[in-house]
Amino acid sequence: MGMTITEKILAAHAGKESVRPGDNIWVDADVLMTHDVCGPGTFAIFKKQFGENAKVWDRDKVVIIPDHFIFTKDTHANRNIDILRQFVKEQSLPHYFDVGTDNYKGVCHLALAQEGFNRPGEVLFGTDSHTSTSGAFGMFSTGIGNTDAAFILGTGKLWVKVPESMCFEFTGTFPEHVMAKDVILNVIGDIGVDGATYRAMEWQGDAIMKLSMEERMTLCNMAIEAGGKNGIIEADEVTTDYVRQRTDAPYKIYKSDADAKYVFKKTYNASEMEPIVAKPHSPDNKAKVSECVDVKLDRAYIGSCTGGKLTDFMAAARLLKGKKVKIDTFIVPATREVEQDLHKEKIGGETLMDIFQSAGAYLGDPSCAACLGGPKDTFGRAKDNQVVISTTNRNFPGRMGSKQSFVYLASPYTAAASALTGHITNPAEFINN
Amino acid sequence: MNKVIEGLAYVLGNDIDTDQIIPAEHLVYSLSDPEESKNYGKFALSGVPADQAGLPDGGISFTENGQHESKYSIIIGGRNFGCGSSREHAPACMEIAGVRAVIAESYARIFYRNSVDGGFFIPFECATSLVTEIKTGDDLIIDLESNTLTNRSSKVTYELKSLGEVIEIIEAGNIFEYARKTGMIPSA
Ligand code: SF4
Repeated sequence: MGMTITEKILAAHAGKESVRPGDNIWVDADVLMTHDVCGPGTFAIFKKQFGENAKVWDRDKVVIIPDHFIFTKDTHANRNIDILRQFVKEQSLPHYFDVGTDNYKGVCHLALAQEGFNRPGEVLFGTDSHTSTSGAFGMFSTGIGNTDAAFILGTGKLWVKVPESMCFEFTGTFPEHVMAKDVILNVIGDIGVDGATYRAMEWQGDAIMKLSMEERMTLCNMAIEAGGKNGIIEADEVTTDYVRQRTDAPYKIYKSDADAKYVFKKTYNASEMEPIVAKPHSPDNKAKVSECVDVKLDRAYIGSCTGGKLTDFMAAARLLKGKKVKIDTFIVPATREVEQDLHKEKIGGETLMDIFQSAGAYLGDPSCAACLGGPKDTFGRAKDNQVVISTTNRNFPGRMGSKQSFVYLASPYTAAASALTGHITNPAEFINN
Repeated sequence: MNKVIEGLAYVLGNDIDTDQIIPAEHLVYSLSDPEESKNYGKFALSGVPADQAGLPDGGISFTENGQHESKYSIIIGGRNFGCGSSREHAPACMEIAGVRAVIAESYARIFYRNSVDGGFFIPFECATSLVTEIKTGDDLIIDLESNTLTNRSSKVTYELKSLGEVIEIIEAGNIFEYARKTGMIPSA
């Protein structure tokens, strides 16, 4: 019986010939990532369990990326950054991207990719549920808590229950106005917020393999919104081109066997996909954009690990160019690299930054910002009973900062089109004209 | 491990996510400082919308204003309990508030793992949907030997699912103790 890509990577990291779904195995970690919200707690547990003077198992495999509560006056939040600094110093960790320096990056999941820490065939654990994002590189990646992270810091290992795999195949070509965000919201709507619990979500088909790395990351990012353990896409030339620009480190490409076993398989016709929103207050509360055009909005938010990449802003700028937004519109690049690209990349001779400024949008510094609400002074944080359209990944009650607010999740195209009209709008109206 | 867990029920619905369990703005406090970490108890379950807080009636705060301990120590949940982020502050805040067990129809994966590996409380599963059977404030007792839950207020007993393979970690106390017991890491 064949194995899926997820099973092969886990078997290789457990020193086994083969594994089966349900097996409990100890897996070697290639990378452990943590950030400002979970790092301090992880380090405290590590010291308590392994001793005040214990050293991490492998300095080169620990990556610390502050990104959540960055541009805030909150003293506790800032103290957490100091705790990261202190630990990095004690342990002489080489991969730390400090706030307030040229080395600052921004949102961890995109920073991991941009800094060359995502490599096909590897196992990456992170203290953040959207660590599933890295699976876009044909690797196993999943989110864990502080205790598990502290365990890895001390041992380099973690027990993993091998997940069953689900296969989502898309054939053909997506319509121009449909983005990866529409695809994943559609799938989550189909299977529900617990439809992939304990499972791997594997993406296949020629439509998927035509997507850029950034779009693939959007698909894998939201595996967790369906409860998934990991999202994964086999590496191809698109992957290796991206990786080779970022790192010389070796990697290994794994592919699912033709007779691999999936507990679920569904094939979609890519050309039939439509712009989708997730209505309040759950990512699986799916509706076609065309069914929601009556929804009046107070603000639009374009940012986060899933919706604040260059591809996302290219899409938004394409619609906003030469026009004015009708509602407060917040633009938050995920990382410094994306921010710099906003100054460089042009549409019709105008930089994306100029396009957003002329359109009347507000621009924030790279970080998680209002994607998870954050401290009271967070840029773009939702207030009162505002109705928000957002390219982020969660719309549970209160997620963006106000328990009374209503958040619709959508693609950057849909968010930009809606910012121009003040109500939920199908981007096809702007793109096809 | 104690043979029984007794306490008052606090009942919640489906898809209770980690932002409802502990809203992100509070994730700034130290979890290792015993005094400061009490803030987590204070804000435990404070993100649950009022009409869903303490079913069936709702409108019941989990902790009284300013207190870090709750009078409710057994949480009853529906499907997909603890979905959302990987923040361990979620099970931690519940333990700090005095939670000793959660009984849900199903869990989100990371929350379940964190509860077990960190040894915060025991996450039980029950095939019956208890959300409509048990009321907030009901007097409950869990018997770990017979794997049953008895509602002493309504005098009904329910069977709980077996804890399965994670029982060894639960019995050891947490993943570190388990690893020491099995020789994976040296004993302290
Ligand atoms: S941008 Fe949002 S979803 Fe992504 S890591 Fe930050 S808080 Fe989490």
